[in-house]
Amino acid sequence: MSDSSKNNLKTPKVVIVDYGVGNLYSLRKACAKFADNIVISEDADTISSADAVILPGVGAFQAGMEGLRKRNLIKVVKKFAASGKPILGICLGAQLMFEKGYEFGEFDGLGLIPGKVVAFPKLKNAKIPQIGWNTISAKRNAKSAKNLLRGTILNSVKKDPCVYFIHSYILKPLKQSNILADTTYGGHNFCSAVKSGNIYGTQFHPEKSGTAGLKIIENFIKLAS
Amino acid sequence: MENVRIIPRLDIKGPNVVKGMHTEGLRVIGNPRELALRYYSEGADELLYMDIVASLYQRNLDFDLLKSVADGVFIPITVGGGIRSMGDIDNALRAGADKVAINTYAILRPEFLKEAANKFGSQCIVLSVEAKKTGDKKWEAYTDGGREKTGMDVVEWIKKAISFGIGEVVVTSIDSEGTRRGYDLGLTNAVTSFSPVPVIAHGGAGNVGSFKDVILNCQTDAVSAASVFHYQDYSIGELKKFLKKEKINVRL
Repeated sequence: MSDSSKNNLKTPKVVIVDYGVGNLYSLRKACAKFADNIVISEDADTISSADAVILPGVGAFQAGMEGLRKRNLIKVVKKFAASGKPILGICLGAQLMFEKGYEFGEFDGLGLIPGKVVAFPKLKNAKIPQIGWNTISAKRNAKSAKNLLRGTILNSVKKDPCVYFIHSYILKPLKQSNILADTTYGGHNFCSAVKSGNIYGTQFHPEKSGTAGLKIIENFIKLAS
Repeated sequence: MENVRIIPRLDIKGPNVVKGMHTEGLRVIGNPRELALRYYSEGADELLYMDIVASLYQRNLDFDLLKSVADGVFIPITVGGGIRSMGDIDNALRAGADKVAINTYAILRPEFLKEAANKFGSQCIVLSVEAKKTGDKKWEAYTDGGREKTGMDVVEWIKKAISFGIGEVVVTSIDSEGTRRGYDLGLTNAVTSFSPVPVIAHGGAGNVGSFKDVILNCQTDAVSAASVFHYQDYSIGELKKFLKKEKINVRL
């Protein structure tokens, strides 16, 4: 990415929440292509002062919530989400945005998006976890596909891009209207990206999804500019 | 069929990517960062980054080198070599790794796999197995870059590791490695036939047909190779085009 694409943007402060899970290095590198002020932090004030927040994460639902709780970040993240500024959950981070998670028991999530996180059902000819590249189909209707995606993180991403997944659990939004994109794995269709106003979640890893993923990150950061 | 992943493998020794045959006779291939960037731009689905002497010399990975490789590469990186503590895994993840591959230390202390999977999640823990044929449908697991025998049967070992929560397994055939004579289909089949977790086949990639053979005969989830990419027999893009034409799903 050229420097000019950076210069087109104001310099929003993007805070990646460090709550003890996940490989933050590559996410920071991906964001740094589109903005200069990228901070990895577990500090409440730093997070609250952000223009955009990313909730990353890999691993189990309960461990993720526990990581937030230990750092007193549950309220902080909820408050940020309520502020109307853009927030993006990635993989476990997206799962935590839901009301309940059912990995190794039943656990409360952040409740930013109505719905739950459940295991993949038994699949034919496909292994769990899903590890690899799969297509996301942005939700669109024939007439206004572009209108639906304009202004979202999937704006002008090439049609049905291949992105990288690594997960055993899936997002189940209560409302169809929160589904931004879906994906089929082992014959099972699931929600791979969600949106509720300023709140976004992707089950895949945009920071690991080559140029298509970088475009999604660029779009997200633009929301804050 | 899901997309089969094509995974170039970088064997790291000191500051260089090296390559040998049967894990011996190492030659310097080039700069890890340059190779990683080339493979990323050619359409590699992941990278396998293995420090092949860290374990032997009881050293740690060079995390700064790993960072320099991870910097420009926006695909997953699995990192192995000398991983023997939770701190090592944490450091690797903080230097750009997405998953870690564990061999030698897991053989010494199998419970380490369980502890690592519990802390970092199964998806993060890849078992690396170096297999040498010992008889009809029998393979023994080796450690330290194919140097040390373990006396353990490859299939039994992988079954145990799966029960401990690993999320993926990369199986290297020491006999085929670096020969360009094709993958060890017997070995790969012996693992894919039972494994509930994804299997990456490694060792012996020759012409593009050898990829087709292992994918169609063994239903492997991913295929890794080094020499054929390092010496530019063909690019990853060319390989993927060939596979697509053969009706094998790959990400183009």
